Amino acid sequence: MNAKGRVFKYGDNVDTDVIIPARYLNIADPKELATHAMEDIDAEFVHKMQPGDIVVATRNFGCGSSREHAPLVLRENGVSCVIASSFARIFYRNAINIGLPILECEAAANDIDDGDIVSVDFDTGVITNETKNRTYQAAAFPPFIQSIIKAGGLLKSLKERGE
Amino acid sequence: MAMTMTQKILASHAGLESVTAGQLIEANLDLTLANDITGPVAIREMEKAGFEKVFDRSKVALVMDHFAPNKDIKSAEQCLTCRNFANKHEVVNFFDVGQMGIEHALLPEKGLVGPGELIIGADSHTCTYGALGAFSTGVGSTDLAAGMATGKAWFKVPPAIKFVLKGKLQPWVSGKDVILHIIGRIGVDGALYKSMEFTGEGVQSLSMDDRFTICNMAIEAGAKNGIFPVDEKTMAYIETRVTRPVSVFEADPDAEYEQEIEIDLSALQPTVACPHLPENTKTIGELGRIEIQQSVIGSCTNGRIDDMRAAAAILKGRKVNPNVRTIIIPATQEVYLQCIEEGLTKIFIQAGAIVSTPTCGPCLGGHMGILAHGEKAVSTTNRNFVGRMGHITSEIYLASPAVAAASAVAGYICAPDALK
Repeated sequence: MNAKGRVFKYGDNVDTDVIIPARYLNIADPKELATHAMEDIDAEFVHKMQPGDIVVATRNFGCGSSREHAPLVLRENGVSCVIASSFARIFYRNAINIGLPILECEAAANDIDDGDIVSVDFDTGVITNETKNRTYQAAAFPPFIQSIIKAGGLLKSLKERGE
Repeated sequence: MAMTMTQKILASHAGLESVTAGQLIEANLDLTLANDITGPVAIREMEKAGFEKVFDRSKVALVMDHFAPNKDIKSAEQCLTCRNFANKHEVVNFFDVGQMGIEHALLPEKGLVGPGELIIGADSHTCTYGALGAFSTGVGSTDLAAGMATGKAWFKVPPAIKFVLKGKLQPWVSGKDVILHIIGRIGVDGALYKSMEFTGEGVQSLSMDDRFTICNMAIEAGAKNGIFPVDEKTMAYIETRVTRPVSVFEADPDAEYEQEIEIDLSALQPTVACPHLPENTKTIGELGRIEIQQSVIGSCTNGRIDDMRAAAAILKGRKVNPNVRTIIIPATQEVYLQCIEEGLTKIFIQAGAIVSTPTCGPCLGGHMGILAHGEKAVSTTNRNFVGRMGHITSEIYLASPAVAAASAVAGYICAPDALK
């Protein structure tokens, strides 16, 4: 599995309140909800984002609220992957559980700039910055988490196990 | 193998003799929790995946607290989804308007969480129940759906930071100041993926409400959970509330901790977290003059009876500044009733504050106190992110109930001893 796209770059501690403000959490339709993604820190995000594009941030991406709406609106907007130096733990679980690929890689997070074209090989964890002609190695997922991703999310993996 | 208190609870629920940090385990759940925002997503995911039953109708809790009483038609529909699900599955612990309170104040009060138990909730502040010596942590809606359907969840066993508390808090310094001080010291990712285990002789002087506040904001340091040892105060709190047998776990004396941090409670000052991160802390003396237009006293962090009493002690016989909209929200019906019985409600209203039915409302910018552009609020809530309580140019200063009440009177952020 691979991804390739233009990078939207953000800094430390991008919280779930700015990924999707709580004032919209009364909206049940994911498509309508997705029109408000990132609007409090980047009003252009939903207009500029093209399917396949990649979000890159530094430390503690997705901190704050447990709202699963956060990875969901990124996925709905066509984000193919989020790369960060580190993720807040609930966001990390949620992204895996709903099938939004995420990679922890400090070197990539620090080096990649807004607008760079980046490709990702999820099998090897190799991230290639095509604009800067550099590669970075992300940590591989433990086999247990790989099995959730392969099944297409947590609930599907539980069904496969016959729960 | 020596274990932390958290690791012992996880091992016991995974049917294992011992666990070590980093190990992936599957554990049995004593309770799952969702609210009117995260519940509908979990219900939809559970039904979409084809799960037709909840694992135990007495171990599923649904609390309508965030946008309830319904603030608009969309919120009403979300509560309706939860209500229909609760009826269909005969969910015992469904709390609707009239019974509901803010979930993390409500569940301990109702005796639904107790020492040694393992709880997941689709709300990040589920970590609150660590105050009772439980392992509890926030998850997303899909994890919650899996938990409701199977009664199990997977965990990566966390390493821990040990906080050794010494001494005793000064007057007008509370659990809120303790946790704000800690977050200021270690940062919003200072305990990322880790347990925060509170210990030391200073623990005994902290009230249960202080402990709830401290564990509640463990997530604001990135932690998986916060936890206190079980002592006489814990047992007294659960005595009339928890009727089932409980298990008391203690950390092994030689348990491994990644870090040990000593906190001298007697040295702490009233502390405020400035916009836009809970780690941007200053003591009240370092703050300078910040004028405010709103003061909020309530939430899952500070809506308990100790918090109401602290606010009332300051507001008694005083008037709030006419420029400060003061909103007081007892967290549950029980706390609300206690406020009436103790005369606190009268004090609040006579001071010019409003007293609301329980709701999370303003904390997350939902309703009941939204900020306009450029406005500043002091709030006893837990997050001061950009746009959290309203317009993206508004600002939130996190503080204790004593500071929020004193600031409401003064019109600017100050400690109670600054009032005449």
